[in-house]
Amino acid sequence: MKKYKGIKYFYSILILVFLYAPIVTLMVLSFNQSKSRSHWGGFTFEWYTTLLESSALMNAFKNTMIIALLSAFIATIFGTLACLGMNFMRKRSRAMIMGMTNIPMLNADIVTGISLMLLFIACRATMGGATVLLAHITFNIPYVILSVMPRFRQINRSIYEAALDLGATPVYAFRKVVFPDILPGIISGFTMAVTMSLDDFIITHFTKGPGFDTLSTKIYSEVKKGIKPEIYALSTIMFTVVLLLLVLVNAKPWASRHKNGGVRR
Amino acid sequence: MSNKTKLFAAPYCIWGAGFIIIPLIIILIYGFSDTEGHFTFINIYSIFSHVNLKALLLSMLLSVASTFLCLLIAYPLASVLAEYGRDKSPLLALLFILPMWMNSLLRTIAWQNLLEKTGLINAILLFFHLPEMMIINTPWAIILGMVYDFLPFMILPIYNILCKIDIEYKNAARDLGANGWQTFWRITWPMSLPGVLSGITMVFVPSLTTFVISDILGGGKILLIGNVIEQLFTQDNDRNAGAGLSVVMMLFIVISTMITEKYDREGSV
Amino acid sequence: MHDKLIDLIHISKKYGESVILDDFNLYIRENEFVTLLGPSGCGKTTTLRIIGGFETPDEGKVMFQNEDITSLPPNKRELNTVFQKYALFPHMNVADNIAFGLRIKGKSNQYIKDKIRYALKLVNLDGFEDRMSDSLSGGQQQRIAIARAIVNEPKVLLLDEPLGALDLKLRQDMQYELIRLKNELGITFIYVTHDQEEALTMSDTIVVMNQGYIQQTGTPTDIYNEPQNAFVADFIGDSNIISGIMIKDKLVDILGARFDCVDTGFGENKPVDVVIRPEDIDLVEPEKGTIEGIVTDVIFKGVHYEMCVMSRNFEWIVHSTDCFPVDSRVGIHVDPFDIQIMNKPESEDEKAVEIDE
Repeated sequence: MKKYKGIKYFYSILILVFLYAPIVTLMVLSFNQSKSRSHWGGFTFEWYTTLLESSALMNAFKNTMIIALLSAFIATIFGTLACLGMNFMRKRSRAMIMGMTNIPMLNADIVTGISLMLLFIACRATMGGATVLLAHITFNIPYVILSVMPRFRQINRSIYEAALDLGATPVYAFRKVVFPDILPGIISGFTMAVTMSLDDFIITHFTKGPGFDTLSTKIYSEVKKGIKPEIYALSTIMFTVVLLLLVLVNAKPWASRHKNGGVRR
Repeated sequence: MSNKTKLFAAPYCIWGAGFIIIPLIIILIYGFSDTEGHFTFINIYSIFSHVNLKALLLSMLLSVASTFLCLLIAYPLASVLAEYGRDKSPLLALLFILPMWMNSLLRTIAWQNLLEKTGLINAILLFFHLPEMMIINTPWAIILGMVYDFLPFMILPIYNILCKIDIEYKNAARDLGANGWQTFWRITWPMSLPGVLSGITMVFVPSLTTFVISDILGGGKILLIGNVIEQLFTQDNDRNAGAGLSVVMMLFIVISTMITEKYDREGSV
Repeated sequence: MHDKLIDLIHISKKYGESVILDDFNLYIRENEFVTLLGPSGCGKTTTLRIIGGFETPDEGKVMFQNEDITSLPPNKRELNTVFQKYALFPHMNVADNIAFGLRIKGKSNQYIKDKIRYALKLVNLDGFEDRMSDSLSGGQQQRIAIARAIVNEPKVLLLDEPLGALDLKLRQDMQYELIRLKNELGITFIYVTHDQEEALTMSDTIVVMNQGYIQQTGTPTDIYNEPQNAFVADFIGDSNIISGIMIKDKLVDILGARFDCVDTGFGENKPVDVVIRPEDIDLVEPEKGTIEGIVTDVIFKGVHYEMCVMSRNFEWIVHSTDCFPVDSRVGIHVDPFDIQIMNKPESEDEKAVEIDE
């Protein structure tokens, strides 16, 4: 099926252009001397330096990172433990918990956000960083469970039993035999949770109080007034860091796969 | 051993009850009561008001259109990626998911820039003496924003399932006399249906309920059902009406999930 | 004599650096049961896939009834394949799987219905029409895969290690089933396996392959009794392969002792490989044998005993219904026509490789 190679390339590139055009636009704007969004006023690093001085922006950035990492971390612990427990449950109780897990996944963000807001109002909680954190943990746990659970399913039960047979205690057997097998699932669950939390706007919008901002809510509040170029600079940095991290993580297995590639039957 | 291990799920069960189940119940309570706390259907009925009904219908129309467009764009792309992913690296597929790492609000705002009357796209069109594209602040721009924002959600599940389909099934179909198209319609398409359906839900639900894309690319003039609900909460402070409309929206989500699940089951059995 | 139905001419195939087939030539006659036999990596599956149209050879031609079909896609070829893992379509039931090829050809519903019933009867699975393929056992899936292929009335049925995933008992039953099927259908079977027993049981012709080259082609009897080189001898059944010297016609020196044999034409004082099957060795009293040895090991195998006899630094494997206890001194006698003389391999390619089983 190596036909139509040219068309396939052309099509892939067309969509890549569609996907990356806005990103490139933002990156270019971060170097634009003119504050106008549609005129090129010459190249500058100015926004990158003023970014550091803008305490409101740096604060929002700090909040975003803390919420993302902390909520992902807590969600990973809750989620992994839940998977472990569910493995020993009967099918029906497991199906019930998985059903509950699917609710935030399938439901609209706006409904999830509103329902949590109403909960916090009912509890007379003050809206702010803490409520946002609770909300983020809530929508992050399902992502962890959905990426850890399949790993537990794949584990050959007899490997765990073989470890017990060879004299390992259950805890030791779990640590040495089961844990390494589910670790990739835990890592990908954590990564996904961080990603979702970083990018979330809608749920944060409803559960944050006045005076607390993440990058997303900060950007939204500036849409009408006009976006400050510093935000472009910050996003460019964040995107570049993620890009570099991904290249680093993926470069190694990719290189080794290519060294002995080409042989298959 | 096993009885104690079960308890590891307890923290999440308590968490889920408190932050998933109870909030849904609260939304139902608000939705079915008036400001004094008496039971009423009035919040649910408010969907039939002229403005709300129009917003809901427009949301449906735009989300169906953008879901369909996403599928149309994503399926061929996922096939190409799966073909390469099989014998090369999944890195190529990553390239199409990567944009999700740029804040989605910003990316949507960037489209505002590109589509503006004096924006880049019109500058390019002007340069080639082509007619200008004036879609900003129209439903077309919203569809474009939806397709752009949610396209990766359609690519990923289809790509994943296409990678899993053993090439031997296609060979078997060819062996039994099917040509390329017949192989696709009788084997590849039905076998990839679960991925397609999960892609459809993942695009349809956020498109149906968004208020951000319509806000940014619709210029605040086009109201979707998401905008109506958001304004009820943040501007009008009418929680009961907002919750009532949310309940209606959930109903639509439940119906659409049930439809896709029904097809999923029919496809696999 | 039958015509050549399929003719592979000068076929070469590489994957990247590794050569799978090199100048491969083979023809297959009508109504023949041909088995491609060899260790994994010998190129047998690639050969089958080239015939089926799933691989294109880098060089060479595939002829089918004297027509060049080298670049013809699989759907235009008059042959059908039973895949290694069956490849039954998981989203269809048994009837739809079997009907697949017929629907593509636009046959009438009544015709398709009759064909399904006939095919299921043929593979002894009457009444399985509505079952889903994943609810079937391995053996049943196997039969459905055969049924799905044969309803299309192919001239040739290609089978890629179809019994590999089945357990021993089922495998033996299926061997007889396949022979019966082939006789009832009267079509050509090309069968790929690494299992020599399967090959010997079912085939009209066996093609022994190794490292992309044909080692020997012949009837099961030929291959077993007269292996042409050490690889074939070693791969087919147990055998004692000993370096020897052909002193003259009908006389060979093995381990310093002279054995009468029936082979001629190897020249005088020529180094050769000698193959003697374990069941062809007679253990006799020490002084009555051609050479002497000591029994070092005895294993009871049911029908016979397998004994190791150490003689002049060579360990002979002997199968016999008489048991000689360990440490007993025995004489080794071999009838002249049970000694098979082979030329030493001349090139690297012909040399026997480790068999990975």
